[in-house]
Amino acid sequence: MSRGLKTTIAILAVMVAVGLITLPSLRRAIQRMSGSTRTEEQARRDVMQIQISTPTDVKVKAQMYWMSATSPTSLEATTIELPLSADPVERSKQLLIALVTSAPAPTQRTLPPDATLLGFYIQPDGTGVADFSDDLPAGTPSGILSEQLVADSIARTLGANVNLIRRLKILIHGQEAETLAGHLDLTGFFPVPSAAAAAAASMPASQSPVAPAATVTVQPKPGAPTPSIPTQGKQSPH
Amino acid sequence: MVILDPAHGGVDQGARGSAGIVESDVVLSFARLLRISLEAQGFRVILTRQANDDPSFDDRSRIVNAQRGAIFITLHVSSTGPAGTVRVYSLPQATAPATPTGSNSPRPGLIPWNRAQEGFLDLSRKLAELIQIQMAQRFHGSPETPATVAVRQLRTVAAPAVAIEVSSVSLPARAPLDQMAPLLADGVARAVAAFRLVYETGAK
Repeated sequence: MSRGLKTTIAILAVMVAVGLITLPSLRRAIQRMSGSTRTEEQARRDVMQIQISTPTDVKVKAQMYWMSATSPTSLEATTIELPLSADPVERSKQLLIALVTSAPAPTQRTLPPDATLLGFYIQPDGTGVADFSDDLPAGTPSGILSEQLVADSIARTLGANVNLIRRLKILIHGQEAETLAGHLDLTGFFPVPSAAAAAAASMPASQSPVAPAATVTVQPKPGAPTPSIPTQGKQSPH
Repeated sequence: MVILDPAHGGVDQGARGSAGIVESDVVLSFARLLRISLEAQGFRVILTRQANDDPSFDDRSRIVNAQRGAIFITLHVSSTGPAGTVRVYSLPQATAPATPTGSNSPRPGLIPWNRAQEGFLDLSRKLAELIQIQMAQRFHGSPETPATVAVRQLRTVAAPAVAIEVSSVSLPARAPLDQMAPLLADGVARAVAAFRLVYETGAK
């Protein structure tokens, strides 16, 4: 065997040995990289969502309108204990974030879990303006019924817990959208029922897809995300 | 005359089920069958789309607004809701957008495009009631009275206008939806025929 061949075999043997030694760490690195997407998404949400806490926060029993546990076509009032601000704008933000994050069960969600509240304003005429991220239309099932339930859920939750708001305007990423997910008209305003009307929730099914108020009382799930508010939206075009 | 609007089309497939059922395809089938039933009742029928194209909301409204005495029905299939049920919708009173400057007082005889439906809300509601009754009789679990929802397509229609939504694309196969089509067509055609009496009486 020539000297050159021996050298080549030795180099190859060393390379194989190095490869075998580094293989486990290489595998770990690949696993870390594959998991980094989720981590980045989580980081983005953490940055965008800052907990709302105001000096006037008081724990109150808030009436939230999520999907009925028994009827997939109607909303149901559920009472949860939430720290809510006395300031109507902050209070509205806290409520809408809880509406996204604190549904009693995934099947009772009305807003997609990725939906982010980018801003909320109340105009002097009682118009509440809710500005959501693109994730709201993207995650809402297309359909007249499903889209109406989203708007109704927001309007009734605000009506039941914030006195000032008389009507609701939904913006998507700061802009007026023609529809929510292809059907529901977002160029207009949605009536916000008064607290008394929302509490009664006694309209017949023909008038509104809202079931009578449930007597169920639930607490926010342990480990559920804390109601929070984003500071900025995604930079995707709308 | 009846204008049938199979919603969506083209790149806009509308609702899509996990089994591949596509709203834009199903509503086109519904519209073709409904057209036959309506023509059997003596109506002239126009479809807003004949194939897999996607006219805009306004393009569809333009078709009906160019006619006198027409009725507009937009057909949808939902993503959710109890399978095999049908819901009928008309526009509520207070969904008009904020009035743009200068359009508050349109010239006499002109209807603001964005509020074209406002003058037909009562008739639309009546039409929705008649159709919903027929649907409740044919499809167990369907409500007996229609709902009012701010359906975008209806807002710019200057005629009695309703949306019909069948549940749903979430079915594991399309066959049950196809089986609904003849009953749906028959019920809607009967309701529209009944509405014609109301409409023509009111117009006189």
